[in-house]
Amino acid sequence: MPVRTLALRCPDWAVTAAGVPPDVPAAAVRANRVEAASPAARHQGVVPGLRRREAQGRCPALRVLERDPGMEARAFEPVVAVLEGFSPRVEIREPGECAFATRGPSRYFGGDEALATRVAEAVSQVVGTARYEGASLAGPGWRVGVADGPFAAALAASGGLVVPPGGSPAFLEPLPVAALGRPELVDLLGRLGIRTLGDFARLPEADVLARFGSDGAVAHRLARGLDDRPLSTRVPPPDLEVALELDPPAERADAAAFAARSLALDLHGRLREIGLACTRVKVETETAHGESLSRLWAHDGPFSSSDLVERVRWQLDGWLNGGSGRPGGRPTAGLSLVRLVPDEVVPDGDGQQGFWGGSGGIDDRGSRALARVQGMLGPDAVVTAVLGGGRGPSERVHLVPWGDPRHPRARGRRRAENLATEESGPWPGRLPAPSPALVHPEPLGAELVGTDGEAVGVSGRGIPSSAPARLSVEGGPWVGVSEWAGPWPLDERWWDPPSRRRRVRVQVLLEDGRAHLLCLECGRWRVEATYD
Amino acid sequence: MALVRTGSGWADPERFPLDELAARSRPTSLAGERILPVVPALAQLLPGSGLRRGTTLVVSGADGATFLTLSLLAGPSSAGSVCAVVGMASLGLVAAAELGVDLSRLALVPRPGNQWPTVAASLLDALDVVVVVPVSGVRPSDARRLSERARHRGAVMIVLPDRHTVTKETRAAVAAGQRWPGPVDVRLAVTSGGWSGLGDGHLRCRLVEVAAWGRGSASRATRARLWLPSVDCRVEVAVAAGDGGSAQDMSAESGRTSVGEVDVGEVDVDTGALRLPPAIAG
Repeated sequence: MPVRTLALRCPDWAVTAAGVPPDVPAAAVRANRVEAASPAARHQGVVPGLRRREAQGRCPALRVLERDPGMEARAFEPVVAVLEGFSPRVEIREPGECAFATRGPSRYFGGDEALATRVAEAVSQVVGTARYEGASLAGPGWRVGVADGPFAAALAASGGLVVPPGGSPAFLEPLPVAALGRPELVDLLGRLGIRTLGDFARLPEADVLARFGSDGAVAHRLARGLDDRPLSTRVPPPDLEVALELDPPAERADAAAFAARSLALDLHGRLREIGLACTRVKVETETAHGESLSRLWAHDGPFSSSDLVERVRWQLDGWLNGGSGRPGGRPTAGLSLVRLVPDEVVPDGDGQQGFWGGSGGIDDRGSRALARVQGMLGPDAVVTAVLGGGRGPSERVHLVPWGDPRHPRARGRRRAENLATEESGPWPGRLPAPSPALVHPEPLGAELVGTDGEAVGVSGRGIPSSAPARLSVEGGPWVGVSEWAGPWPLDERWWDPPSRRRRVRVQVLLEDGRAHLLCLECGRWRVEATYD
Repeated sequence: MALVRTGSGWADPERFPLDELAARSRPTSLAGERILPVVPALAQLLPGSGLRRGTTLVVSGADGATFLTLSLLAGPSSAGSVCAVVGMASLGLVAAAELGVDLSRLALVPRPGNQWPTVAASLLDALDVVVVVPVSGVRPSDARRLSERARHRGAVMIVLPDRHTVTKETRAAVAAGQRWPGPVDVRLAVTSGGWSGLGDGHLRCRLVEVAAWGRGSASRATRARLWLPSVDCRVEVAVAAGDGGSAQDMSAESGRTSVGEVDVGEVDVDTGALRLPPAIAG
C-alpha cells in the first residue's frame, strides 16, 4: 500500500521564481524552446515545447527569460523551509516539486484536508503575491494535493485535490497517459490506442512486462495506483556515506560546491564499484557554529555523478544565499561539514566499463583525479583548451576549467555549429600553419635592429623600414637574424577607438637555429611565441 | 611500403593503429605488449614501437623538444587516452591540435607551483600519459617516487625540462640535459635541426635529427631524421635527401652518412649519455 503523500507542485516555477506576476506574459526559454510559461502567456497560446520565435509571434508582448536552474533552486529554498515546518522528511524532486509523507502531520492536524489547508496557507505567504482565500488548494503559481503515493499525489496537486485513501485507481483512471511522463512509451501507447491510464491499468501485468520492459512495468504499477518505488530497492549499509570536513569553513557557495564535487564523485564511484546506483540521497551540511541543514533529494532514475554534484551545489547555494525565508535565516558561520548519505539504492543496470578496460574517454577515475587536483589548487588550476576564432596563436585558445561545459553557452546543436564555423571562418591576417609550440603568456620584451642600425619599424601600409638584422631578447646578448618573413599587419576593431589594436607580426629565424614570432605594438617589439 | 616492427611481429605502418588495436584485443596480453600507439614516424625510435605503459621518458634538446613531446602525445590522444601536462603555462595548444592531439582529452595544469610532485602523482594514478615540466628543482626522492608510481599504475610519464629559456646561456644549460635524478627508461634528444620555408613566405617545415637511447630494451641507441613538422603539420620520416628541404639545410649535414640510415652512436655506460660522432657533435 503506497504511503499517503502530500505533494506541492509549482508549475512553471522557472517563471514564478523570477518574480514575474501571473498577469504578465512571460516564458522561460532554453535552447530557443519554451520550457515554462506564465498563466497570462498560456492564455495567449504559449505552451512549453514551442520555439521561441513562434511564441513571440503568438504573444508579441512576451517577456523572455533564460532558464537558470541555480536561481530556481535558490528561490525554492524558502518554500521548502516552510514545508519543513510540517514534516522533517521533505523530498525534493526538482526545484518546483516536493513532497512529504502525511501520516504523522495529518494525525496532528486532524485529517488530510486540514493539513492540506494549512500547508496551502503557509505556502501562499511565500509564493506569489495574492492572499489565500481559504477556498481551494491552488493558488497563483502553486498547487497542493494529497493522494496515495508520490506519483498520484503529484497528479492530485495539479488539480488541487485531496484523493481519499484507496481512491487512487479511480482518480487515475480518466487521466491521459501523458501523465506518465515517458515520451516514447506514451507515444507508443497512443499508437496502440491506449489513451487513458485506466486503459493501461487494465492490461495484464505479465504482458506489459514482456512487451514494454521493466520501465513499462513500473509505469504500469503507477497507473494502477500502486507504489512507484523501484521494485528492488535496498537500504544501503551505513558505511556508504561519505563526509568531508571543510577547514577553513567555506563561506561561499561555490567554494563549498567545489569541495563537495569530489565528494559526490567519490560516492558515485563507490556505489558503482559495488554495482549500485542511488535514487535518493540525503545531503547534510553543518556550520562551524553547529547549525545543520539536511535535505532529501529524489530522482526519477539513478543519479549520475553530475546530477549529484548539481544538487549539492543547489542546496548549498540555496542555504548560503537564499535563506532569508527560512525560520533560522542564513547560517551564521561558514560550512564546516558536508555529508552525503545514500538513502535508497538500486542495482546499477547501465554504465559499462570502457571496452578496452577503461581507456576509452574520461572515466570516473580520471575525473576524480582531476577533481582532486582542483580541490588542491583551486577550480581554475585544471583547464582544458577550446579552439575558437582568432588570428594569433594566443587568441585562438580559450581555457575552460575542467568540468565546466567546453562551450559555455552552447546549448543545443545550433550553438555548437556556430562555434565551429566561427573557428574556421575567414580570418584575414591569421598566421599560417605550423603554429608555434611555445606561446609566452606574457610576451617577452625584445629589441629588433635592422641592417641600417636603427630599430625596425613598420609603416602604416605594412612595409618594414629595413630588413631585420639582429635581435636581443629581454636585454640578453644580440643574435643575428638569418632569415625573416612577414609582416602580417593587423588593425582590429578600428571602429572602436578605445579597443582598437594595431599590431604587426613577423617571423624570424636566428643564426643559432631558433625561430621566434615577434609582435610590434605601439613601437615596441615583443616575442610573442617561439617555434620550439 | 616499409614494414615496422611491433610487439607482435611486423606491421604495415599505414595500418599501424588498427594492428595495434588488434594486438591489444587478444584475451591474453603479455606485459611487454601493453603499449600505447604513437605516430608511425616515432615508432622506430621507441622500444616496442610505442609508449610502453609504466615507463619514464625524458625529452631534451635545445630546440624542438616541445614539438617532439606534442607529437608523442598525438598517438595516444587520438587513440582515446586522456593526457595531461603539468607545469607548463606556455604550451602552444594550436600546435598541439595541428599535430593531432585531441584537445578535449588533454588536461592542463599550467601553474601547480611547488606542489607539482603531488599533482603529478595524482594524475599518474588515473590517466594514461602525463607530461611533467618541473617548475622548481627536482628532488631525487620525488623523481623516484613518481617513476615508481608510473610503473605501478601503468601510466607513461614524459619529463620535459623547463622551456622558458630563450637566451643562449640558459639554453646551453638545458641542452646539457637537465638531470632527472630518477630512473629513466628512454631518453629522446633533438640533436640538430633547421627550419626552412622562410624564403617562400613563412616557416613551413623543419628537418631534425632525434636520438633515442635508454636502458633495458632501449639500450641500443637509435637515431632518426624527421620532419618535425612537415609541410602537412605532422611528424614524418625524412626518406630521401632533398625531400621538401632547401639546399642550404642539406649542406650543413653533408658530412653525414646517407640520409635515412639509422646510425648507431656510442653510449657512455656510466652516465647513459650519447657520444655523437665527431662530424655531428657541436
